[in-house]
Amino acid sequence: MLPAMSDDGDRTEQGPARSILGPGGEASIDPADLGLKEEDLRELYRLMVLSRKADLEATALQRQGQLAVYPPLLGQEAAQVGSAFALQDEDFIFPSYREMASAIVRGVDVVGYLLFHRATWHGGMFDPNEHRFGVVSVPVGSQTLHAVGYAMGTKLDGKPACTLVYFGDGATSQGDFHEACNFAAVFRAPVVFFCQNNHWAISVPFERQSVAPVYRKAEAYGFPGIQVDGNDVLAVYQATREAAERARTEHTPTLIEALTYRLGPHSTADDRTRYQPAEQIAEWEGRDPIVRYRRFLESTGAGDEAFFSACDDEANTEATRIREGVIGAGPRPLEELFEWVFADMPEHLRRQRDEVLGRGEG
Amino acid sequence: MAELTYREAVAHGIAQEMRRDPSLVMLGEDVGPAGGVFTPTEGLIEEFGPVRIRDTPISEQALVGAAMGAAMTGIPVIAEIMFSDFVAVCWDMIANEIAKTRYMTNGQVSLPLVIRTANGGSARFGAQHSQSVENWAMMVPGLKVVAPSTPADVVGLLAGAVRDPDPVLFFEHKGLMGSKGEVPDGEVVDELGTARVVREGTDLTIAALALMVPRALLAAERLEGDGISAEVIDVRSLVPLDARALLDSVSKTGRFFTVEENPRLCGWGAELVSIVDEEAFWSLDGPSVRITTPHIPLPAAASLEDLALPSADRIYETVSKSVDLGSRR
Ligand SMILES: Cc1ncc(C[n+]2csc(CCOP(=O)(O)OP(=O)(O)O)c2C)c(N)n1
Ligand SMILES: [Mg+2]
Repeated sequence: MLPAMSDDGDRTEQGPARSILGPGGEASIDPADLGLKEEDLRELYRLMVLSRKADLEATALQRQGQLAVYPPLLGQEAAQVGSAFALQDEDFIFPSYREMASAIVRGVDVVGYLLFHRATWHGGMFDPNEHRFGVVSVPVGSQTLHAVGYAMGTKLDGKPACTLVYFGDGATSQGDFHEACNFAAVFRAPVVFFCQNNHWAISVPFERQSVAPVYRKAEAYGFPGIQVDGNDVLAVYQATREAAERARTEHTPTLIEALTYRLGPHSTADDRTRYQPAEQIAEWEGRDPIVRYRRFLESTGAGDEAFFSACDDEANTEATRIREGVIGAGPRPLEELFEWVFADMPEHLRRQRDEVLGRGEG
Repeated sequence: MAELTYREAVAHGIAQEMRRDPSLVMLGEDVGPAGGVFTPTEGLIEEFGPVRIRDTPISEQALVGAAMGAAMTGIPVIAEIMFSDFVAVCWDMIANEIAKTRYMTNGQVSLPLVIRTANGGSARFGAQHSQSVENWAMMVPGLKVVAPSTPADVVGLLAGAVRDPDPVLFFEHKGLMGSKGEVPDGEVVDELGTARVVREGTDLTIAALALMVPRALLAAERLEGDGISAEVIDVRSLVPLDARALLDSVSKTGRFFTVEENPRLCGWGAELVSIVDEEAFWSLDGPSVRITTPHIPLPAAASLEDLALPSADRIYETVSKSVDLGSRR
């Protein structure tokens, strides 16, 4: 048995997180009040099912040596899909490294996205501008600052768009996050800070990151902070839609803390059994966001068996396409090693290229 | 003697020092129950407990800054930065504060502080998790810079670093974690600022560091087959630098090569070459040659990374060509 972490810090206080769906899928409000039509309700389900299957497929591909490493999003589908779905096309997303479900909502091709994790290329092979979904960011917390600047840029352009940035509970310990919040407040940047508190930062539990709940930190910077049940896709949708609207129309940032759980390892290179308690995993497996939402659709009649199995079929077909696409992606040409370091290749680099590629005088 | 892996040697070295000095503490991200993401600190929390082996929030600036403050109280501190790329996140603390404290207090404040970090490429981690940044640290007056290549050196130099009164940046190489070597029984303490001749030779000198040492040795073996006798020096410590060992070797062999993982511009080899040029010029039979990673960020793709980092093949070919050109003159 490992020793307890230590005596420092206390169990974090958690407020009553906003939720709409009960554990059995019963809704506390009429979804029509959220501006969601029945087809939107079904679309949320479809996107979560596609995301889960794509995520499991990515993990399987890694296990088979087809991806170098992959950070699973298992368990966080509602937090990612609900928030990304609440945005408009002109809005921009800055992800961390775990938001493949949000990428799917934004129409990013999963094969291109995964070529980053296949180590085929330096980043995902998709166009961030086309999908308004930024590059995967691994240096923890840095993207919060980029999002604030991006939001300031769109505001200068006079565009009614907001910028949403994803980060984890661990990232809230970085100075970057705090400085981003303060900048956003001072410059009234139209930004939504979306923290997925999945309770773990690699092996370190949330109580080692913060004693106060994340959402309450917003108060110190002077903007609203909301804690939401991150496994309740409707509550996430509602909170994000409100925050995005407030950003676009009032230029007021919002901090959303979505309480969720990392049901997989930190990455495929990690052994979570060393630190995640089995009871905690079991408890959160019982709060599966997709199971819960499916119960809601069943009870309201918005989704039936035929619809659910059509979603599964589509997800399976897509998984096959992802598998084939990833496996079929060959290596990049060696010359590319020297491309895009600068806009134009300086002379010293040209010479080094020739030397390394065995060209030149020989 | 016991055979240890490089990663086991890290824990072994830390444990040796923690047993010797009960005031020594370590802090870092995921260093506790997880034993570090490369598992070099496995088993330490079980022996020394969560106060001496402390997992911190993800705040490099805070953990290194607080390590400095703690060291000011006279407690020796080891701080771990998970990937050396992220020393950039706390560079203010390292370059502006830690490096300059002794100087700005007229020598009255010492920082018995070691910053350990996983450095270097070959693990396919891409542009932001693979850099060799020992040359960044080398440029800052006030920092000592060490990068071991063998398990025995990990233990000995780590002990030397912990016992040193100055802040030391200790670069553990990701690509060597699984490599094995004999570590002497009992207390192992090595002296910072000493290079080691790891292979004797008479025709030319190759200076290498960390992962580049085994590669230079492989290249030297192939050169031997061509009748060329290469001396290989493991630099081990960049600050202080054992210039004497380099100069002695060059005055014997007459040719000097460096193998660096840093990108080309301002890699540490440039400094070594300039020392050799100034102080052993009349012993040289040909130009000094640097074999480096090109001036590019490192790619994640295996085929591209293999091309970027100096390989045994590239070392062999560059040295052969240079020696060959020299003999044809
Ligand atoms: C600046 C920096 N420090 C450390 C790391 C190593 N690291 C990668 S992910 C991670 C944990 C992040 O946890 P959290 O923010 O909660 O996000 P999650 O992984 O749970 O989605 C750490 C420490 C890093 N990538 N960047
Ligand atoms: Mg987390």
